[in-house]
Order: sequence, then structure tokens, then C-alpha cells
Amino acid sequence: MNIKRMMMATAVAVSVATPALAELVIPSLVYRTGAYGPNGIPYADGYADYFALLNERDGGIGGEMVNLIECETAYNTEKGVECFEATKDLGSLVYQPLSTGITYQLIPKATAADIPILSMGYGRTSAANGKVFSHIFNFPGNYWSAASAVINHILDQENGDIKGKKIALVYHNSAYGREPIRTLEELAKKHEFELSLLPVDHPGQEQKSQWLQIRREKPDYITMWGWGVMNQVAIQEAANIRYPMEKFIGVWWSGSENDVIPAGMKADGYKALAMHNTGMDYPLYDDLKTYLYDTGKASGEHAGTVLYSRGMYAGMLAAEGIKTAQKMTGKSNITAGDLRDGFEVLEITEEKMAAIGMPNFGPSFKVSCESHGGPMVTAIQQWDAKNKTWSLITPFNPGDMDVINRLIAEDSAAYAAENNLSERCG
Amino acid sequence: MLYREAGDFKVSYQADQQTFPIRFDRLFFWALLASAYFVVPFFINDYWANAVLLPFLIYGVASIGLNILTGYCGQVSLGSGGFMAVGAYTCYKMMTAFPDLNLAFCILAGGVTTAIVGIMFGLPSLRIKGFYLAVVTLAAQFFLVWMFNKVPWFYNYSATGMISSPERTMFGYAITGPNATPAATYLFCLTFLVVLAFLGRNLTRGSVGRKWMAIRDMDIAAEIIGVNPLMAKITAFGVSSFYVGVAGAMIFSVYLGAVEVTEAFGIQKSFLLLFMIIIGGLGSILGSLVGAAFMVLMPVLLKNIMVNSFGWAIDIAAHFEFIIIGGLIVFFLIVEPHGLAQLWRIIKEKMRLWPFPH
Amino acid sequence: MVEFLYGIEVVINGLMAGVMYSLVALGFVLIFKASGIFNYAQGVMALFAAMTLVGVQEGQVPFAHLINSVFGTQYHHFGWHINAFVAIAVAALVMLLFAYLVERYILKHLVNQEPIILFMATIGLAYFMEGFGDLMWGSNIKTLDVGIPQGGNFWIEEKTAFLGGEDFYGFYLDTLDIYATVIAIILVSTLVLFSQYTKTGRALRAVADDHQAALSVGISLRRIWVIVWSIAGIVALVAGIMWGSKSGVQFSLSLIALKALPVLMLGGFTSIPGAIIGGLIIGIGEKLFEFLIGAPFLGGATENWFAYMLALLFLVFRPQGLFGEKIIERV
Repeated sequence: MNIKRMMMATAVAVSVATPALAELVIPSLVYRTGAYGPNGIPYADGYADYFALLNERDGGIGGEMVNLIECETAYNTEKGVECFEATKDLGSLVYQPLSTGITYQLIPKATAADIPILSMGYGRTSAANGKVFSHIFNFPGNYWSAASAVINHILDQENGDIKGKKIALVYHNSAYGREPIRTLEELAKKHEFELSLLPVDHPGQEQKSQWLQIRREKPDYITMWGWGVMNQVAIQEAANIRYPMEKFIGVWWSGSENDVIPAGMKADGYKALAMHNTGMDYPLYDDLKTYLYDTGKASGEHAGTVLYSRGMYAGMLAAEGIKTAQKMTGKSNITAGDLRDGFEVLEITEEKMAAIGMPNFGPSFKVSCESHGGPMVTAIQQWDAKNKTWSLITPFNPGDMDVINRLIAEDSAAYAAENNLSERCG
Repeated sequence: MLYREAGDFKVSYQADQQTFPIRFDRLFFWALLASAYFVVPFFINDYWANAVLLPFLIYGVASIGLNILTGYCGQVSLGSGGFMAVGAYTCYKMMTAFPDLNLAFCILAGGVTTAIVGIMFGLPSLRIKGFYLAVVTLAAQFFLVWMFNKVPWFYNYSATGMISSPERTMFGYAITGPNATPAATYLFCLTFLVVLAFLGRNLTRGSVGRKWMAIRDMDIAAEIIGVNPLMAKITAFGVSSFYVGVAGAMIFSVYLGAVEVTEAFGIQKSFLLLFMIIIGGLGSILGSLVGAAFMVLMPVLLKNIMVNSFGWAIDIAAHFEFIIIGGLIVFFLIVEPHGLAQLWRIIKEKMRLWPFPH
Repeated sequence: MVEFLYGIEVVINGLMAGVMYSLVALGFVLIFKASGIFNYAQGVMALFAAMTLVGVQEGQVPFAHLINSVFGTQYHHFGWHINAFVAIAVAALVMLLFAYLVERYILKHLVNQEPIILFMATIGLAYFMEGFGDLMWGSNIKTLDVGIPQGGNFWIEEKTAFLGGEDFYGFYLDTLDIYATVIAIILVSTLVLFSQYTKTGRALRAVADDHQAALSVGISLRRIWVIVWSIAGIVALVAGIMWGSKSGVQFSLSLIALKALPVLMLGGFTSIPGAIIGGLIIGIGEKLFEFLIGAPFLGGATENWFAYMLALLFLVFRPQGLFGEKIIERV
């Protein structure tokens, strides 16, 4: 945006954007303002920069330019509706709303409009069951596999026996924060550990009660499902009560630079789940630098951070889905329905990621009609406060699939019954 | 200029007491209503319905409700978000417990339940007054939201506590769920608004409304002339909560389709409704609607102008949106402190007298 | 015994949390007392003050994002790092300027209006500041460090550990909270001294007592308003620093106003001691309730509503708040 364009735009009277043909329209429902804005910004930048790079370097995907339409949701469901309605008729290919609330709302709407949703590591977990949720994809991981990954990591640390151990869950008191509870309860039964639940109300600026309780009860491990200011305060308070950071494991939304930097050196050793790698050591960043940062087309302010990487990863998965769909249909100008079919046979391999310039960035996996949830593998990353870097300390490991699959089947069956859906995939 | 009249001649009480005493207003109102019912449904699309008209109509209902309590009866309430949640969850429970029940009844049941809850929380208003009353309603707000979050029965023991509305039809048309057509949902909400606004207008003009206003203007004086403050305040809380509950039920079932109580019915919703009625004009049904229109439409309009037409970056546009809305609120206040409805009244007076200002 | 000691610990921490609430509530009270305005923008003012402080300290270019996107430039930082005290002084100056502008462009035009209208004007102001602050300093999260130490106070912890047995680890106290308490005491005593012993202070009290009477003896209402808003701005800055040190400076900081509401209701809108005592009562009450009943029996997260319920309980017996002016109703 420069002055000239602004002037030109001003000259053009108030009009609604018209659908431009022969380009791939990707709406980007993001939030750069509001209480969760600080986390939304790097994600939105990563998502936008990835597609901008494809446009600049390759001339789009398969010869079609990508038209990324950003729409500000401020993490607000009503604005989310507005954004969805404003973009759905423009030929939008895929929605990634980065909000569990908005995802729940869009599930029936997008299904009816035949547009896929890729809720990567958030949203409705049981949407992993492709037999019920035809248009929703949540690879490569979900909250239930995440909960199981936390417990698996603890099992590793404790040599496989956590009987009688105390594990506390500090969670955002909302739909998102409550997601892991059922899984953790099931796992608590299976492994006979003691689970204590500590809800924190939005926004979570004041958590003294919760942390005094933790200090009293001395749980052996803490896991956290937080977002926004809650993360910073929780990590700060954990440091204050001198809780050993390496026994404090956050979900992937509680493990970004934003969350640990305010606590300074005291956050050293804090762990979080990761569904992808992070950092600047990828050949892709050379291209990003040449084509975007150096030409001033993007600031690259957040490049290399966890949430920027996540935005980029989300962009990469969507782009790979589009490529798959283009190959499948044989035409470059695909529709949302084609992309849905493309996602269903999407295969992310090590070679593909290396070719893109992101070797080892995420797990390799395959999506199928039955399973929209991908591999459900998760790694653990740890914060190094001195060098200010996150690094993966485990490979991508699967969760406790028996428990997760059972829960997914139960929950999706309930949804199917409520909405009179019959199962797909033969 | 638009009003071609030559004086104020009334020959019957009926003519004197009608809602729109001026002929032009009356005609305009009927024309507006007719076009709302018979023209708009043919041109409406998903965007206009879901992003503009539904929120406007639903918030219109809610702000009429709050205006009855705050504008007419003088009791400040910051619990509207919580009361909306009561309506929404009642509606959800009814919809899932009785799948064959008509949606309209589910929504009305939401309103009735909310009225009862509202009356309960209204009782302390006999003793606590003014801004301090806000604490009672805030307690309601936070307690209700916490309760809906905590007790799994309310969300049918689902894993996350989100409630989603199943598809329900009326006269063969889907009103809720993804297959609802924009025209059907629009007409459904419009009917609720028209009926409730009509009711509200006549309630506030009748003896009940006069009692409310007496209490608002000075409760001790009202008590002396024989208004029972208990009854007046309780009815105001009841009626107001009914409206707010109906609006909450509609937000959940028709507009959003899936809600989470902390996000959709949090404290910011209570503030939003209060902003609507203050900006629109306290003690005015028209004001409630204008205020709702301002708070719902202005952000959408500004966003469309700045992002779609000027091509600004969305975050800059969002910041300017706040600046402009804040600036407009202050500007309108300085021009006319009693809200947009009063501004309209003044303009109307001017227009009736034009071109002779005296 | 251990339970009892932990109960005491909860009470002490409740007191500390209460001080933090009072810091926010104080700003509300000052403005309400002097001008009868319920200042909805107080939370946003705290956010704006803290953002300005960090921005100045880190040498951020104001409106960088806007400038860059209009002119296609890449400015972010001036490249300096200013001493915390200088930065605080600059931020305080900005708040003074802000107070002047608010009076000049908003309040002047709204003299003699009803409280609800003035309340609404502050809503408009809050919206404006929210957008303006973000536009000026960006909505990224910022780390605020003015050199106040944070973390559990180990000295107290060690010295008190002997009180209980094996299971007692000593009283936990956050150093930041201790500083907050000291600062709050200094702030309140300064305010009290100022309003009791200076000419301006007397004028402030006169205005608070009766606008018209104050006007008639020659006190400039407009000047008083500027002063009051300036003081409230500086109180907001202090609150912003204390809360911002905890969680980083970000949008959520403006939501701390919600924590101050029950304090105000309970303490009374017009009383500075009320804001402090109210804060302490709410702090202790909500923490103790969560400790004794909320967490063990109700599943936790009860603090938010319990604070209001507690205020409600007090109000039923004292409808004007603990220290509010007695409401005299005449016909």
C-alpha cells in the first residue's frame, strides 16, 4: 500500500470487492488486534508471507496467482461470521480461522458451502473423523493427541511409571481450554495418576490463587492450555514460585516467544508441544529474504518465531493441498470442492518438504477419507532463554491412539446423531 | 420540506394518542415495514443477512429490552450478556430435549426463563441504586457465565462446552442450521423485532410504562403518589430480561449457530448493549434501534470502506475503525448529548417548520 | 495447622492482590470525586501509558506501522535505549498532555451534563484511545522492565518456613507485590497530603463537594479537571507499570479495569480510602473463597463472580458503599 494506491482507491467509490476470475482466492481470517492480537500477528504474517513468496517467486501455484484476502476477526465469532460471509462467494478455497470458537461455527456453514476448513491443531478434535466431517481437516495434530503427547512425555521422563503422580492442568476456561480434559481423565484412569484441574478465566491476568494452589499441592508435572496474556502470566508465576520449568509443559498455543520472553531468564527450560519445527535454519528463508524482506514487500519482523513458522506451515499445507488438487483434476484453476478432494489424498513427505525448502519442518503424513486428522504426532520443544531459541528435543511421536480414536469415534457419533448425518467413505 | 402540514389539529383522543401523530411519519413507517417484508427478502443475500441485518435485528430486540430497564425505569444493568446466555442455553436445552417443538416456542421459552432469572437479580434493586446497582447485574453477569461454563448439564455434557443449534424448520423453511436461507432467517428475526417493538412501544406508553418513568425520575416521589416501587422495578426487570433473553436465544440459534458462553455472552456484550442504548437515546424505542444500527453497521461499513475500497492493511483499518467510532461517539455527544434519537427529533422539528424557522 | 498457615498465606496474597486492584480503582475514584464522571477509559489509559513508557524506553518510532505502509519505508526503532526514570517522566508528560486534550476537546463541551452522558463520552474516549494507542505503538506484546524485581521473596520464605512442619514451605510473597504495596502507600499519602495541604488540593476538594459553589468562589472548574485527569493519568501509568511488569504490555492490560469495578462498588465511588480498603477486602475475599470453597468444591475460577457477590453483600447493608457519601433522598 502506498500513497498512489491509496489515492487511486479513494477515487474509486465505495464498492464491494468483485470476485476476480482465474486466480486462487484464499481468505485469511486472522486477528491483528484485540486481546489475542499479539499472538495473531506473527501467524498472520507467516501465512501471508508464504503465499506472497509463491506469487513472487513461482508466479503463484501451478501458474495461478494466489489472491490472499485478509479479514480481521479480532478472535470474535461475530466478526468471524462477517468475514466468512464476505469471502465465501469470492471463490474462497480454504478457511483457517485460528480460533476454536469460529471453527465450531463454520463447521456446518462451510460444509454446506462446500469449502474445506483446515483447523490445524485447534477447533473440533473429533473432526479428525472424516467419515462424519466431510469438509473439516485438522492434521497434523489435535488437542487430544496433544494431551496424550504430554502424558507420553511424562511417561518417558518417569521411565514409564507415573502411578500416583500428580499432574495439574492449568487451562483457559473456555471451549478451547476444556478440550484436553476428557482425554486426560481417560489417561489418568489408564496410568493411575492424579489429575487436578485449574481453570483460569479470560483474560487471565490474575492467577495468584491457581499458583498458590500449585505451590501447596506440588504437582509433579504441570501442563497448560492457555492463550494470550494467560500464558505470560502463568509462566511468570511458575517462575516466581520456583517451579522447575522442565516439568511445565504447555500445549502448542502456549509455547511461543511471546509467552516466555516477558519472564526472562527464569523461563529457561520451559517446554511446549510442537506440531512443526521452528527457527531460521531453512533454505526457504533465503528465498523469503530475497523476494520479500529485502524488497520491502514484507517486514520479516517476526520471521523465525514459533507462531510465524506456524503460519508458514499452515500456508504450506494449504498450498500442497492445492497442488495435489491441481494434479488430480488436471486443471490449474481449481474450486473449493476440488481442494477438499485434494486434501483427502494429501501426502506430505520428507522429499516434498525438502523440495519446498523446509526439510524436517514437520512430520510426514498421509490423509485419507476416513482420517482427516493426519498422523497426530507431536514433538516437544524446549525454550533456551539465553539464546532465545526454541528447539525440538524429541522426534514427532504418536499419542495413545487407542484412547484418542475411541474418544473421537464417540464424539463424532454424537455430532452425527445430532445432525442426522450418515457416514461417508464406503 | 418533506413534512407538508399546516398545524396540529386533532379531533379525537385516538388521533392524539397514536404512535405516529404525523401523517408523513405514519406513511413512511408503513412503507418501511412493507418494504422490509415484501421487498428486502427478494434481494437479500447471505452477506447482508448474516453480517448486517440479522445482528441488527437481534441487537435491536436486546437493546429495546435494555432500554426498558435502563432508559424507562432508570435501573443501570451490566448483566445483559449473562441474561442473553440464559436465553440461549434455555433455547438450546429446549431444542435438544424436544426436537419437534417449534423454534419460536424455544426462543420464547428462553425469554420467559430469562425473565424469571432477571426478576431474581432485580430484587436487590429496591435497596441498591444508581451506579451501585451495576454491581448486582455484574454479579449476575459473571455468575451466570461461570455457571454455564461449569455445569455440564447445560451443554449436554459435550466435550468442550460449545453448544451448536441443530436444524429446525418453520413452515417448511429451515431457520437454523447451515441450510437456512437468508430470507427465511431475516423474516423470522424481523417478525420478532416488529412484534416485540410494537409491544414495547405500547407498554411504555401505558400505565406500566408511566410507572417505570415515575420511578426513573424520582422513586421516592413516585412512591408517594402511589406507584409501588417493588412492582414497577420487578416488572421492568422481568420485561427487559424477557427481551434480552429472546435476543440471546436468537443470537445462538439463528445468527451464530454455535456459541461458547465466555466469548459470545461475556461482559463486553453487556457493555455493547449499554453503548447502543446510550448512543441511540435512553427512553426511546426508536433510539434503541438507531443505537443498535450504529454499533452493528458502523464497524462493518468502516471496514468495507477502508479495507475493500481503499485497500488498507486490515490492522490499520481496524485501529482506525476504533478511532473513528470513538470520535463519532464523542462528536455526537457534543452535538446532541441525548443520543441519536434526540438528534433525529430536533432535525424533524426543523424540517416540519422549514422554510419558516419560527 | 499447615492448612491454617496456608490460609494465612492466601490472606496475605489476597491483600497484595487487593493493593494491585486498588491501584486501578484509585484512578476511577479521583475522577469520579472531582467531576462525577465514571471514567470507562481508565483501563485503556493504563494500557496507553504503559505502551508509551515502553515505546519511549525502547526508542520505538511512533506510528511506525502506519508510516511504513503509507510511504513504503522500514522504520522501527530510533536505536536508543533510555533510562527507565527518564522514560517514566516522558510517559507522565504524555499523560499530562492527554489530560489537557481531553479537557480541551471533550469535557469543556459537556459541562453540566448528566453523569450517564459523561460516562458515554468516556466510552467514546476509550474506543478512540484503544485504536490510537495500537496505531501509535503497534499491538505486539512488549516487555516492560523498569527495574522492579519480581519473583517469590525467598528471604520471607526461608524465615517463615519454621512455622509449619515438613509440608510447609514458608510464606510465599511476590517481590513485585511488595513493591506495589510500598508504591501504593506512597501514592496515597502523597495524594492525601496534596489534597489536604495545598491550595490546589483544597480547590479539588471544594469542586468535589459542590461544583457550583466552587465556581462561585472563583475556582476554575476547567483547570481543576485538567489537574484531576492528569493525576488520574499518572495513577494509570503506575497501575500500567505494575500490571505490565507482570504480564507484558498488551491489549489485555486494558481489561484490568474489570478487576477494579467490584472494588469501586464496595469502597464507594467517592472515597480514596474506600478504594484501598475495598481493594483489600475484595482481594482477601476472593482468594479466600477460592481457597476454602471455590477450588475444592465448585471446580475453581470463582474469583470473578465472587468479587461481585461480595460487593453485593456489602451493598445490601450499605447501599452507598463502605465509605461512600451517605445518600440522602429528598422529594
